[in-house]
Amino acid sequence: MVWNSFSEFLAMGGYGLYVWGSVAATALVMALEPVLLARRQRTLIAQIRRQLAADGRSTGQAPRSRA
Amino acid sequence: MNNGLLNWFKFASPQSFYPLAGKMIPWFWALAAVLGAAGLYIGFFVAPTDAQQGEGYRIIFLHVPAAWMSMFIYLVMAFWAAIGLIYKTRLSGMMASALAPTGALLTLLALWTGAFWGKPMWGAWWVWDARLTSELILFFLYIGFIALQAAIDDPRRADKAGAILALVGAVNIPIIYFSVKWWNTLHQGASVSLSKSPSMATTMLWGMLLCALAFWMYSIAVALMRVRSIILERERGTEWVRQRLTSAAR
Amino acid sequence: MLALLKTVVARDLRLAMRRQADIVSALFFFIIVVSLFPLGVGPEPDLLRRLAPGVLWVAALLATMLSLPRLFADDFRDGTLEQLALTPQPLAVAVFGKTLAHWLSSGLPLTLLSPLIGMQFDLPGDAVWTLVLALAIGTPALSAIGAIGAALTLGLRGGGVLLSLLVLPLYIPVLIFGAGAVDATAGGIAAQAHLSVLAALSLGGLFFAPWATAAALRIALE
Repeated sequence: MVWNSFSEFLAMGGYGLYVWGSVAATALVMALEPVLLARRQRTLIAQIRRQLAADGRSTGQAPRSRA
Repeated sequence: MNNGLLNWFKFASPQSFYPLAGKMIPWFWALAAVLGAAGLYIGFFVAPTDAQQGEGYRIIFLHVPAAWMSMFIYLVMAFWAAIGLIYKTRLSGMMASALAPTGALLTLLALWTGAFWGKPMWGAWWVWDARLTSELILFFLYIGFIALQAAIDDPRRADKAGAILALVGAVNIPIIYFSVKWWNTLHQGASVSLSKSPSMATTMLWGMLLCALAFWMYSIAVALMRVRSIILERERGTEWVRQRLTSAAR
Repeated sequence: MLALLKTVVARDLRLAMRRQADIVSALFFFIIVVSLFPLGVGPEPDLLRRLAPGVLWVAALLATMLSLPRLFADDFRDGTLEQLALTPQPLAVAVFGKTLAHWLSSGLPLTLLSPLIGMQFDLPGDAVWTLVLALAIGTPALSAIGAIGAALTLGLRGGGVLLSLLVLPLYIPVLIFGAGAVDATAGGIAAQAHLSVLAALSLGGLFFAPWATAAALRIALE
């Protein structure tokens, strides 16, 4: 263990802004990208389901060839 | 992705790859989390202070993995692009387009962390250092690939055109890198090297390697998530999608 | 194959001569961009002499790109491209011919004009000659690489901007060695090495790029 106290850890020997700025950017990207992707997938599935339900009501069951 | 490669012929169709990818994603997330936690622990708690750069060097544990992965992903992208062109497998083109945004983001991260490292070490947010400059150009290449695919409506044409661009880019990357390096040595003396400090302790190396592996697993997980969306978007009119989505499963 | 090459080059040149306005506009674009720099950074001769190689080369890159969207667009519209793709000879040969014609109508005029601009920037005499030589050797690579981008963006909306996005990063090595050659001469070093690399880039580009371009054209024609 190289740190004596938590505040020393935060200060990073005077480089706190740079080290934590990098960490924050990385954490932000790596948290946001999967969240956005999961949302994209969810909306896509919901949209296709709605479309399938609508198709099913109107034509019985024949699937559409290409949306 | 490696699994996909081993069972290539069995899982080359989007239809069978879609559920497989869904099963693999949690594993890659778990691997990324474990490796990342270990790497960051070593990097931030075990690795000793650097003699020259103090604690500031700890950015290395994010910067170098991001830079490595950004370059590696471009090569993987070009690889899938080539496979798609040669064997006309639809999945490989989707894989290439799924990788591009992640690669671009990691390039951006490498640039960002490079700037945050350069500021205390060089006294400037941006220095036209050979590696930073090549990384910037790599970012442009990613943007070009994404923009080209976005401009083409027909997915098959988008895949093929993107593949040619990715291959041309992959051929050019070494040429660009060496010319930028030459340009750099001509125009300025050697500056503080970012990734090669002379006294690289073994613990530092381990931390960096673990973080790089974590970034790798992260990239795979995210690319698989994106490729699943791409598959659904392109195959939305097919029978298997209809069956899959009308049954209760995801 | 040579007959096809000759026909394509002659035809494209004839078409280019019929549209001389395009060539002249590209040349004036080159002159205007270069002339903007002294207005932007100030008229000190020392500063301008330092900037000249880079400014001239960047302007040359942009000027060659202006005519790229037209490279295949007209032939694509009137069906000539389809005919060329159907001939028994490889499409790459026709592409090579079109690349040559493009260079003759864009790179070559720039090269011939460059000594004037070099003198405007007060480049020493031997540096001006290196500039001419470097442009003559390097601009074929610009046409060859640009052709790939032109083929990839053929028929797309916003093709022109997209084209520059795709092609400019690939132009960087030519820019570095082209400007480097002039810089070296101005600094009293032989430019041999730079010019050799430029020649390698051009030869490599002229040899490999037509194949990639032909593949991209076939995709656009599907």
